[in-house]
Amino acid sequence: MSQEVDKSAPAKKEVGEVTTIYNEFETWTWTVNMGDKTIHAKRMPGFFRTFKDRAQLALWLPFFFLPYLRWNDKQAILFDIDHRQFHFFSLTVLPQDIWMLSLLLLVAAMTLFAVTSVASRVWCGYFCFQTAWTDWFTWLEEKFEGNPTARRKLEVAPWDLDKIKKKSLKHLSWALLALFTGISFSIWFVDAFDYWNKLIHFQLPTVGWVTLSAFFAGTYILAGLLREQTCIWLCPYARIQAVMNDSQTILPTYDYTRGEPRGKIRRGGEVVAPQGDCIDCFQCVQVCPTGVDIRNGQQLGCITCGLCIDACDSIMDKIDKPRGLIRYASLDELSGKPAKKMYQHPRTLVYIGIILLALGGIVWGLTHLGSMTLKVIHERQPLYVSMSDGSIQNKYDFKLLNKTSKDFKVKVTAEGGIKDQVIIGAEHQPLIHHGRGTSFTIFVKAPGIYANKDATPIQFRVESVEDPMVFAEYTSQFYAPKK
Amino acid sequence: MSDKHNAGDVPTTGHVWDDDLGDYINQPPKWWMLGLTASAIWCVVYWIYYPAFPISNTGYFTPGIGGWTAIKEMEADKSVVDEVRGKYEAKLKDMTPAAILADSELTEYVTRSGKVLFGDNCAACHGQNGVGTHDKQGLFAPILNDDDWLFGGKIDDIHTTIVGGRQGMMMAHKDMLSEAEIDTLANAVASGKPTSTPLFAEKGCTACHGEDGKGMQAMGSANLTDSVWRFDSSVEGIKYTIKNGVNAGTPETRVAVMPAFQGAKLSDAEIKKLAVYVYKFGGGQADAPAAQ
Repeated sequence: MSQEVDKSAPAKKEVGEVTTIYNEFETWTWTVNMGDKTIHAKRMPGFFRTFKDRAQLALWLPFFFLPYLRWNDKQAILFDIDHRQFHFFSLTVLPQDIWMLSLLLLVAAMTLFAVTSVASRVWCGYFCFQTAWTDWFTWLEEKFEGNPTARRKLEVAPWDLDKIKKKSLKHLSWALLALFTGISFSIWFVDAFDYWNKLIHFQLPTVGWVTLSAFFAGTYILAGLLREQTCIWLCPYARIQAVMNDSQTILPTYDYTRGEPRGKIRRGGEVVAPQGDCIDCFQCVQVCPTGVDIRNGQQLGCITCGLCIDACDSIMDKIDKPRGLIRYASLDELSGKPAKKMYQHPRTLVYIGIILLALGGIVWGLTHLGSMTLKVIHERQPLYVSMSDGSIQNKYDFKLLNKTSKDFKVKVTAEGGIKDQVIIGAEHQPLIHHGRGTSFTIFVKAPGIYANKDATPIQFRVESVEDPMVFAEYTSQFYAPKK
Repeated sequence: MSDKHNAGDVPTTGHVWDDDLGDYINQPPKWWMLGLTASAIWCVVYWIYYPAFPISNTGYFTPGIGGWTAIKEMEADKSVVDEVRGKYEAKLKDMTPAAILADSELTEYVTRSGKVLFGDNCAACHGQNGVGTHDKQGLFAPILNDDDWLFGGKIDDIHTTIVGGRQGMMMAHKDMLSEAEIDTLANAVASGKPTSTPLFAEKGCTACHGEDGKGMQAMGSANLTDSVWRFDSSVEGIKYTIKNGVNAGTPETRVAVMPAFQGAKLSDAEIKKLAVYVYKFGGGQADAPAAQ
């Protein structure tokens, strides 16, 4: 994976407008970083730079600030693990409905796969928290330590007051961002304002401190120190996503037919030998946050962020060549095959199919949440009791879960069962507490002359006294001695 | 694991098995040695921290400096349970069984937690969940989840029964009645209409079972008109009961004895809980309309 670049690059003394870019090699040689060096990527403006900036913010600003949103005097979105409830605006999901989470995760995974099969590692390049935080961390680094050249110089410079000042300011800013990240993560699970109050009074519970420390350390280490090493060596998704590319997938590609043979441009544009469009300026490598050379083709280290496209386009503009020497292209396109249509890409279609199925499941689940769940457990010992008047009595354990936000009383009715049956035990209209299970016992007594089958289905209905739309039903059996 | 040495470099132990099997003297890999050392250290720490070595046969053992014992851990766990139960138990202490029954939350607590108490003290005769038990003479102990009670099914009656126990009584009539009379009476009782024969009043059955044959709660005499039977509902079984009586002091007599549970057997609170628990089996009778 390591490849040394020609160190004896000439043209150091060239001062032409374009050829000055070669001077940036002065202080470094590049290899694919195995973790022994820090990559100092150059920031260049361009379409993809802007897109990446905006995409990162669009996805992650809500991560920082959405928990502060209030709804009906409560936090609008709250994963209340303490009370085993998930609040989403007016919606409350209890653990019983958490199966939808697995569908949501399935949608997320399949979206990742589908997007990857169409346009490669879009998630990695523009949205992933590792990419985003690393980008912000290096942005801070640039603010305090200067551009990549200055940073490389600073690294080898002796420890003087200036270096100490720059370094400590950078690390302080990193620490603050890491801390804020930890706090922002935590407040998705507890009340945000209450959390801040406890935090500034140092009264967080142990689990709070552990979470905060873990996220502080994780952010600092992953985004500040490990950076692209996380993508290359740690991230499992990176591996999965990379194998989803095929010859139809578009990804940042170096057009080798146009670019080769590459060669350095001379002052005045004299051409020494037949030369392709690539002037070997290494700008694409210099801007790469993972330090790969895209001209070697698609590779594991490439997170397809398109920054090399920006860099190359800017150079092409300067040397009056058409843009797109590095561009989003598929392998098919590059080898001159006709581009296939979407519907000719069965893999993507399968992914989309799975996404639609899972989404359908979630929609069904959300619309069928109900405000109450009921489970009726028939007493097994004894199955029935013969009463003194010859009637047969069955005992049922009712277990109710009130998913609304207030307590209410319920009445119990039944359909089916035995003629002239009487329901005993709910005359006082049991109070059902919200947010937790409530259980009570119900007896059904039926005349012995009608109760002559060993099992008869009986459908119980429990409904709120105030609002008949809040109800739950359950089908059980009525048992009697066989006649 | 160690790939530092290939076979050629290392001497063998010199011992050869089965003509050609030798054993190279390779060092174990470093990670393995680290694991071994760490495990050994862990053992020593464990021995010092936790109770470990039995010393002689006196029962003494090294207690460990951590002060951990299984009993302590169990008691800590138990105290968590006791804390949850504590608030209910404290309330229960000064309440009458009827008052407990009127409180739906306490009733719920008792019906959930009374199972163990019932299983330990009552189920031996009355069966799990009060389904009754049978012996060769028929029903050995009454079913508790129907609505037929010899000594009353109101909450206070049930409480009194558990506190003081009960003893059924019925004279043996085999020397007082003729075989034909017993046969007539047994058939009348089996049909559910004991008063259909004049013998019922003439022979004094009404003294205990009442003019209408519905029994008397004060004596615990059975209601002979309903469809719940204390012993055996067949004509032969009824004849046996009439002949030999209940607790009549003979070897053949039917036995119906419930011991008293107050005092040595159960605490007051436990008896109250059991009374409510039994009441809630489904046969409990309300004191007055809407007492629940």
